[in-house]
Amino acid sequence: MIRVVLPTHLRTLARVGREVQIEVEGRVTQASILDALEASYPMLRGTMRDHTTHQRRPFVRFFAGQQDLSHDPPDTPLPEVVATGSEPFLVVGAMAGG
Amino acid sequence: MTGVRVLVGTKKGAFILTSDGKREKWDVNGPHFAGWEMYHLKGSPADPNRLYASQTSGWFGQLIQRSNDGGQTWEPVGNQFTYDGVPGTHQWYDGSLKPWEFKRVWHLEPSLNDPDDVYAGVEDAALFRSKDGGQTWQELAGLREHGSGPSWQPGAGGMCLHTIILDPSNRERIFIAISAAGAFRSDDAGQTWRPINRGLKSEGIPDPNAEVGHCVHHVAMHPSRPGVLFMQKHWDVMRSDDAGDSWHEISGNLPTDFGFVIDIHAHEPETVYVVPIKSDSEHFVHDGKLRVYRSRTGGNEWEALTKGLPQRDCYLNVLRDAMAIDTLDSCGVYFGTSGGQVYASNNAGDSWSPIVRDLPPVLSVEVQTLP
Repeated sequence: MIRVVLPTHLRTLARVGREVQIEVEGRVTQASILDALEASYPMLRGTMRDHTTHQRRPFVRFFAGQQDLSHDPPDTPLPEVVATGSEPFLVVGAMAGG
Repeated sequence: MTGVRVLVGTKKGAFILTSDGKREKWDVNGPHFAGWEMYHLKGSPADPNRLYASQTSGWFGQLIQRSNDGGQTWEPVGNQFTYDGVPGTHQWYDGSLKPWEFKRVWHLEPSLNDPDDVYAGVEDAALFRSKDGGQTWQELAGLREHGSGPSWQPGAGGMCLHTIILDPSNRERIFIAISAAGAFRSDDAGQTWRPINRGLKSEGIPDPNAEVGHCVHHVAMHPSRPGVLFMQKHWDVMRSDDAGDSWHEISGNLPTDFGFVIDIHAHEPETVYVVPIKSDSEHFVHDGKLRVYRSRTGGNEWEALTKGLPQRDCYLNVLRDAMAIDTLDSCGVYFGTSGGQVYASNNAGDSWSPIVRDLPPVLSVEVQTLP
C-alpha cells in the first residue's frame, strides 16, 4: 500500500484527509502513483499534471524520503521507503507568492 | 416567494447572497471553494438550481464546479480544455509568436434552453461548449481559426474571451468579445465567425480603425432587442443598432469613458449603466468617488448615481463581469468592487446599500431572479 500526502486544497477537492492510501500495480514511480491516485480520485485529474502531456504543473512538487523528486523522469523508480509504505509520497503546493 | 440569488466570485472563494423580493435583508453564504480564484459563477436560465462555477488556481489549474441545488452542494465536473487540432500561435507582448496555451476559464454562459448546454470563454482566447453538463468540453474552433487569430495579442489581464451573449431570438447567433482582439459574431451557432468592430477607434494600436486588435472590456444586450448592443471599450462607451455591424460612440458627458462594466435595465432597454474608471494607468474610480452612471436615453446623456455610495477617499475598481441586473418589477442592480464590497440597489440605481463590505476582491457578480 502506497501512502500519499496531498496539499490542503486537493484534500478539500477530493474530500479526503491529510493522507490517502492507494494500491499501485507494478513498479512504484511518480507516474504509476499519479495514475492510481487519479483513478481513485478523478477530480484530481489536471490539478497535478497536464491531462494530455502529463507534464507536472509548475507549482506542484513531489517529495519523498526527504528528497525533491520533482525533476526526475516520471518513470524513475521511487525510493524503497515509498514502495514499502514506510514513508509517504508527498504532493506539495510550492511555496510561492508574496 | 419571489427573491434573488446573487452569485459572487472573488479572488479567494465564492459567496452566495440571497434575499426576498424587497432586497433589504440578506443572507450571506460562503466562502465556497475557499482560497481559490472564482472567476465566474452563473445559473442556467432553463433551471435556476443548476449553477456552474469556474474555479482556478496558479498551483492546481482549472476546475469546473456544478451545482444542482442552487449552490448548496457542488460537484467537480470536466476540466479538460484541449484546443482543436494544432492551435498555432498568437502575438506576444515582445512581438514574438506564442503558441496558444490554455490558462483558465473567464466566463461561463449556460444556454437559454438546456441546463446541460453551457459555453466557456477561456484564456488563451477560445470558445468551448459542453452539451453534457460540463463533463466534456469541445472547442468551437472556427473562432480561433478565424484568419485574424495569429494577430491577436493579450491585454494586460491576459488574452481572454470574457463575454458570451446568446441571442434569444435566433439560436444560431452568438456574440463574443476578446481582450485584446475585439468583438465577433457567429450566425451559424459558432461554426464560423466574423469580427464586428467597425466604428471602434483605439488610439493605442497602430491602426486605430483596424478590423481587430481593439481592447473590448464588456458588451451587453437587452433580450427584447437583440440587435442593439452596448459596449464598454478600454476607452469609449459604444453602441450598435445593427447587431455589431457598426458602432458609434455614446460616451457623452461621462467624466471618463474608461471602464469595465456595462449593463442594461431589465425593463427599459434604453437605460444603461456604467462605472467610469479614471484611466488605464490608474485603475480606480474618478475623483475618489464611487459613482454609477445611468443613461435613460440609450447613451450620451448620463447621470451620476451616488446615494449610498462613498463620495470621498474611494479608490476602488469594478471589473468587467462584476455588475448584474435582476428582473423584478423594481429593477435591482448589483456590482462588486476590488475592495470586496457588493453593492445593491432595489430601485434601478436611485439608491444603493452594501450587501457585504469585506469580501476578498470581487471578480464577478451575477444575479438570478427566483420564482
